[in-house]
Amino acid sequence: MASQTSTPLEYSTHQNEMTILGFWIFLGAEIVLFATLFAGYFVLENGVADGPTLKDILMMKDVLIETFLLLTSSFTMGLALHQMRQNNLKGMLIFTVITLLLGAGFMYMEINEFIHYVHEGVTMQTSAFGSALFTLLGTHGVHVTLGIGWVILLIIQLVRRGITPVTSRKFFIVSLYWHFLDVIWIFIFTFVYLKGALM
Amino acid sequence: MKYDFFVTGDPIILMSQIGIGLTMIGLIALITYLKKWTYLWKEWFTTVDHKKIGIMYIIAGVLMFFRGGVDGLMMKAQTSRPGLELLNAQHYDEIFTTHGIVMILFMAMPMLIGIMNVLIPLQIGARDVAFPKLNALSFWSFFVAALLFNISFVIGGSPDAGWTSYFPLAGKEFSPDIGNNYYAIALQISGIGTLATGINFIVTILKMRAPGMKLLKMPMFTWTSLVTSVLIVAAFPILTIALLMMTLDRMFGAHFFTVAAGGDPMLWLNLFWLWGHPEVYIVVLPAFGMFSEVIATFSRKNLFGYVTMVVSIVAIAFLSMLVWVHHFYTMGNSAAVNSVFSITTMMIAIPTGVKIFNWLFTMRKGKIQFSNAMLWSLAFIPCFTIGGVTGVMLAMAAADYQYHNTMFLVAHFHYVLIPGVVFAVFAGLYYWWPKMFGFALNEKIGKWHFWLFVIGFNLTFMPMFFVGLDGMSRRMYTYSESTGWAPWLGFSAVGSLVMAAGFAALVYNLYWSFRYASRDVGSDPWDARTLEWATASPVQEYNFAVIPEVTELDQFWKDKKEGTNKIKKEDIKDIHMPSNSAVPIIMGVAFGIVGFFLVFEMFILSAIFSVGIIACLIANSFDYDDGYHIPAKKVLETERKWRGDL
Repeated sequence: MASQTSTPLEYSTHQNEMTILGFWIFLGAEIVLFATLFAGYFVLENGVADGPTLKDILMMKDVLIETFLLLTSSFTMGLALHQMRQNNLKGMLIFTVITLLLGAGFMYMEINEFIHYVHEGVTMQTSAFGSALFTLLGTHGVHVTLGIGWVILLIIQLVRRGITPVTSRKFFIVSLYWHFLDVIWIFIFTFVYLKGALM
Repeated sequence: MKYDFFVTGDPIILMSQIGIGLTMIGLIALITYLKKWTYLWKEWFTTVDHKKIGIMYIIAGVLMFFRGGVDGLMMKAQTSRPGLELLNAQHYDEIFTTHGIVMILFMAMPMLIGIMNVLIPLQIGARDVAFPKLNALSFWSFFVAALLFNISFVIGGSPDAGWTSYFPLAGKEFSPDIGNNYYAIALQISGIGTLATGINFIVTILKMRAPGMKLLKMPMFTWTSLVTSVLIVAAFPILTIALLMMTLDRMFGAHFFTVAAGGDPMLWLNLFWLWGHPEVYIVVLPAFGMFSEVIATFSRKNLFGYVTMVVSIVAIAFLSMLVWVHHFYTMGNSAAVNSVFSITTMMIAIPTGVKIFNWLFTMRKGKIQFSNAMLWSLAFIPCFTIGGVTGVMLAMAAADYQYHNTMFLVAHFHYVLIPGVVFAVFAGLYYWWPKMFGFALNEKIGKWHFWLFVIGFNLTFMPMFFVGLDGMSRRMYTYSESTGWAPWLGFSAVGSLVMAAGFAALVYNLYWSFRYASRDVGSDPWDARTLEWATASPVQEYNFAVIPEVTELDQFWKDKKEGTNKIKKEDIKDIHMPSNSAVPIIMGVAFGIVGFFLVFEMFILSAIFSVGIIACLIANSFDYDDGYHIPAKKVLETERKWRGDL
């Protein structure tokens, strides 16, 4: 198909190219940011101060559903981008809205999970483990929430302006961001939850 | 409210409070009287022009230098004689804390980022940075953070746990006052701006170089700025998280650093220095770049060993991420860990030594001109070498048990940072001042500035090596006669006054040159080598009427020699420029207000005002302003004014 052999629309101007590169570098900074949070968590995960450990409070089933929701949302985000490349605004919007709903579902589940932890007696104030856990998960959650807000702004702009070099660049960048959060979640799932369940 | 709003009970601070109040009223009255508000708003506050943003950074940096310098003088006055009571222990603690933070984060950083802002687009033949509006946001978030940090000493109290703010001292238990909240919040806000600057410059340098300028044809200052920007992106997020943890610990009862609840204060130390050590190179690398430009220009030779220079800065940047433990050899690491970090630390001396020799060889057989910029570069080499050699002494873990936390260390890092950064900034200011403002600084007053400052600097810090070896630990607010340190510290205090006189000479020079210096300096007063000198002085708002083509390192030098530095009338086209924007300053102010309420732990108010930040983001997202064009006719007119022969 023609749309796949030529330069994608989002790369069509020099400014767009620079903005996308800038965002990749920003994601590099985000990797350092989350790496620091992970390092902090690994240092402190056993600092439970006589309080519950992760294994005591973990709800593996809920975490699995969260993982499923977020990973699927990453997939639908990819489909939305594919529709954008096909220049199909309607399909793009449909998949974007599905992505948003999945993201919102993830946030709903995660907030529930937090409430559960608090009921089980683990808060940010209970122990160093609690502080590190809530900060790592919370930072990811805040990122997802900001991402949802960001996507909503882009939907408005897409409806108003259609697929243009500028809107396509913005959408491409938000999709990078969304996939990045997915990658972070895979690390959280592996090194926080799975490790916590096994230890 | 949990805290006293205004700091009371100290006459010095009361005087400052009154002074600040009167200055503010005076400034506002003056601007209103001169009817300059619209001018300031249109030309400066909402500008996205990299040159103006750079100049604002530099002005803020000079002001902060004054503030940090006054802190330093007060410390020197307090320790000039044994048993003095000019400052009490608490006040002394606050002053050495703010001195450190102001000098590193609110003086060195804006000075260097300011000069980077002015120069990088010019050196690579670009019309602006990659993201002009983001650049303005970087400035305003830095500026607001600096203001927020600086009001701490009159409102609420300054941080007092040292610029490193080690836990547990910096925690709520031992520092219940509000001061350390200022530390956590103000550094966070300015860190956002710095990170944005790093990203901005990486993209600018990678994507906006003039055609033909390969990476290895970039001027050395651009190279060092690129490497510094990479370091910013790699290191600042660590500070972001460290400060977030500090904020959560202090304000929300989290336990990252409290041992009793399973936390670990060493986590703070590690994170702080994982950022803090690269930070030293973030400020010193662009300074190295400036020296390289100045030394090449005034030796009338090209830079010796350009490629080894590039390899060295990349090696320094890489190693800088691997040495952080040397800041706490004495805090319980195993001998094996200390050995590893000892070796990585000493390895940094190798590329640094390479650079020193490159500068020396650049001068060898050159026709050296002793202009002020060159004098600062010449003074830098021996002074910095003293700092470097004492650094190698400190790098040896076993020996460090003797030096750790003594005045020897304080003397060492002042010998690194003052020659390495402050001398460079002075050299850079004298060198690029004509490009920025269209007139040169006075060379004669500049000599006073130079000699007073350099002699004062050595007098101030050299004695500290000796009292340090004699066992004086840093951060002592007083000492007894029997220690025998009094003569050294007396010398040191006199030296600090000489240094202050040097700074006064600089201020007088700025004033004198602004009033009386010749406005006819030409576009290339130093017969320099790099592209920034191919523009008018001061630089036209669009920088280059025609983007230059590059085939050589030192392209401008080649063009001058071969007479190819002319542009053709037909090549001038309409020039696209970005529009001014009020979003960055409004967002900066919103950050400031949110930060202020966070400092005072008024969370509801800070949440309300953070809506302002989000509103700015939304407004920006919906802003499709694509800038404007300067018509070719107007460009031609401007070019004719300074080229004459077009």
